[in-house]
Amino acid sequence: MNTTQFNQNEEFFIDPQRCIGCHACEMACAECETNGQTPMIHVDYVDRATTVQTSTQVCMHCEDPTCAKVCPADAITKDEFGVVHSANTARCIACANCVMACPFGVPKKNQETQLMMKCNLCYDRTSAGKRPMCATVCPTGALWYGTREKMRQLRPNSDPVNNFQFGMQMVKTKVNFMMPKGATILVVD
Amino acid sequence: MATLPIAQERLAAEFGPHKNYAPREGFPGRDEPDDVVKTHCCFCGMQCGIQLLVKDNRVVGFEPWEEFPFNEGRLCPKGVQRYLQNNHPDRLLAPLERVEGVGFRPIDWDRAMERTVSEIQRIQEKYGRDAFAMLSGVSLTNEKSYLVGKFARIALKTRNLDYNGRLCMVSAGAGNKKAFGIDRTSNNFSDLKHAEVVMICGTNVSETFPTLTHWIWQARDNGAKLIVVDPRTTPIARLADLHLPVRPGRDSALYGAILHQLIKHDWLDHEFIANHTSGFEETAAVVKDYDLEWAENVTGIAKDKIMLAAEWWGKAATSFLLHARGIEHHSKGVENVIACINLVLATGRIGRPYCGYGTITGQGNGQGGREHGHKCDQLPGNRDIENPEHRQYIASVWGIEEKDLPHKGLTAYEIIQAIHRGEIKGLITICFNPLVSLPNNTYVREALEKLEYYVAIDFFLNETAQHANLVLASSLHEEEDGTVTTAEGRVVRIRRAVKPPGNARTDTEIILEIARRLGAGKYFSFENSEAIFNELRVASKGGTADYYGITYEKIEKNMGVFWPCPTLDHPGTPRLWEDKKFKTPDGKAHFNPVPHRDPMEITDAEYPVILTTGRVVSQYLSGTQTRRIGKLVDQYPEPLLEIHPTLAAKYGITDRQIVAVISRRARAEFPAQIVETIREDTVFVPYHWAGKQSINQLTSGHLDPISKIPEFKVSAVRLEPTNRRAPLPPLEPNQSSGGSPAHPAPQLPPTHAFRG
Repeated sequence: MNTTQFNQNEEFFIDPQRCIGCHACEMACAECETNGQTPMIHVDYVDRATTVQTSTQVCMHCEDPTCAKVCPADAITKDEFGVVHSANTARCIACANCVMACPFGVPKKNQETQLMMKCNLCYDRTSAGKRPMCATVCPTGALWYGTREKMRQLRPNSDPVNNFQFGMQMVKTKVNFMMPKGATILVVD
Repeated sequence: MATLPIAQERLAAEFGPHKNYAPREGFPGRDEPDDVVKTHCCFCGMQCGIQLLVKDNRVVGFEPWEEFPFNEGRLCPKGVQRYLQNNHPDRLLAPLERVEGVGFRPIDWDRAMERTVSEIQRIQEKYGRDAFAMLSGVSLTNEKSYLVGKFARIALKTRNLDYNGRLCMVSAGAGNKKAFGIDRTSNNFSDLKHAEVVMICGTNVSETFPTLTHWIWQARDNGAKLIVVDPRTTPIARLADLHLPVRPGRDSALYGAILHQLIKHDWLDHEFIANHTSGFEETAAVVKDYDLEWAENVTGIAKDKIMLAAEWWGKAATSFLLHARGIEHHSKGVENVIACINLVLATGRIGRPYCGYGTITGQGNGQGGREHGHKCDQLPGNRDIENPEHRQYIASVWGIEEKDLPHKGLTAYEIIQAIHRGEIKGLITICFNPLVSLPNNTYVREALEKLEYYVAIDFFLNETAQHANLVLASSLHEEEDGTVTTAEGRVVRIRRAVKPPGNARTDTEIILEIARRLGAGKYFSFENSEAIFNELRVASKGGTADYYGITYEKIEKNMGVFWPCPTLDHPGTPRLWEDKKFKTPDGKAHFNPVPHRDPMEITDAEYPVILTTGRVVSQYLSGTQTRRIGKLVDQYPEPLLEIHPTLAAKYGITDRQIVAVISRRARAEFPAQIVETIREDTVFVPYHWAGKQSINQLTSGHLDPISKIPEFKVSAVRLEPTNRRAPLPPLEPNQSSGGSPAHPAPQLPPTHAFRG
């Protein structure tokens, strides 16, 4: 496969304060032929009874991916660009260890195919020099793909954060969350 | 009698709406398309650029069009899924004739045309020409809008042509003409980028114009303060710096009160007011008593919030005010619009970079479709059908005698009323589903049933077309070339991607053929859409909406041209009023006094709750298209009654309980959705659905006296909880089944394997 066009200077940014919960990302993601009309990105209301706030979750592509560590079949791998790929279908045994272990709750087990499926950063697009589909269609820039320098210039009031703390676990990710200026870590208790 | 030939349930079983889903592996040929067509979305006024993938005369997918300057590839869920209306199982493939007790049966085009023309002639001979009316819509291109206007006036020879923009932008149009003498948003949206204050009045931008949100967030990145006026905490209101939850129907009180504060604190541009406006003194006099106390009492908004809005607006150096149906769908829609414009004029912030104002046009071609003779009182170029000079000019372009040009006719809802009274006996519709989108559905249905003959031109058998005697199977957006004018006033190219399927014909072919058979062929000898556009250019020349300098080639080269563009070497006009020469007779921008008054229907002991209506992000207008696209339906499958927990508690209503909502017109039942994101005195139901699910059964036919827009946004209702509950929606259907319920279990494509 020709991977020469993967631009390592470009990164994925999630900016939750811009999300309007429209689900365009999910629908566009599902269009990819590798996804079989199932979205790999998830948009959910936080608590519709009190707010219209939504939360968007895409694979964070961890530096040291928990999903891969807990996979007994060695089906999940991270490539040279830092992309954590969806389970190798020849290896995945549908044990759902990854589903339970991922601190972000990203991998899903497809009951009918008995396979884990998750976002692979639109590898077919990003390896061809394109942006991921969700970050291309997102009508608000809540999902954005490009260089860190450009992002800082466009959104001077926010800082990208890719360090997360879940209880005792520290996680560093390839994907960034846009946080208020000055933030360096997102602590999830 | 245009009654249903068989029960509605049987019609729905045959003609839909059925939900269309893409196959799991995508449509065949998507990876190797025959053509990638750069065009625009068929839905809202943003007209986002999109590329359609075409294989074997089918639209098989889409690819973002990242070079188009407005949206740069961005799309909303409707845009992502829009291609699924192509090759839809409900698509009409041949003309259909109503057969009592049987339904609709296909007939050939020759017979369909013969019937159409003989019925038009029979009704017009018996009852007069104006007894045959036409209702049209602004999802049509500029070419088709122009063609319909010409067709109605010189082939059908009726004065009774109007369009569904009457439910959309007419209040804004009338307000803008009064104030500026022109009906167009004053700025393109890039002027949002460095506006210090952005005020969004009655527009659920995040759900109805999602791709505009990007421009508003850009303004905020640059430090803008965002003010949102809406009775609900919409997604954009949640993220606003200041949310003013106005009581429905009291908008002009809020804007009057803000003007009062601007005057009181001298946050005024005296130079601009003195040199470029008229009417300030009279306007100021009207708001003299509109102090904060009064405003809080009338609008239900805390006075410190009103004060803060006035202060931010008053002190800003740059600003952009946007409004939409939230202030326009009122019996005083024009007054609300004018009250907003007064704030813009008082601060003189217009005609300069990052100083903007405009309505956000709702429909795809809501802008262009309202400029070229589609309206009952209008001729091309936004000319006045009662102005002798305008009449003479258009008559000369069309090659007819001025005396043969009909005069002003009835507006859309008035046409329905005239049908109900028995004055109009025949109807032809295109691109309009009034049985869902007009208020008081029962009344509209009664009117349709009184028609002697009804011809519907459409690509799906929508709920109104089910009443037709004859249905002419027509074309989708992607099946004809043309242009539309976006909400910014940018004229863009719609490209034909595929041909109509089966024996369906293009809208243009159908209209031209009827015109020929009515004996008007010599006026309708257009070879293609571009020929129609070229005549439109001439017809618009010298009018306020002047397209003369715009050509297909110029649009394609520049990715759109902003009108007015009077000459071939003119670059177009993205920002109006830089020269401060307004198009009013005295060349000045006009303040207009707006004394506040209540909506037509106010709550009382019998009907104590305010009902307001609107849209959701996954559906579009009357749903003819979007209720047929599976994932859009699944995202929000049925209309829900949004109700605040305090109001719900008063009636003992719990979440998902089915509640009867009763107005003076009708009673309808909806599952309750208990949310804190709405005023305590107001309930909300979206309007995209038909029949028993239609909230427009309950809305009133009260019209604005000037624009004739119905008051969709305010009705008085009472609530009666039933002892039934709606089942909970399924949890994450895509995860449990691996996809849509309409499709069998997937075979995961081989390409899914690890590819690193």
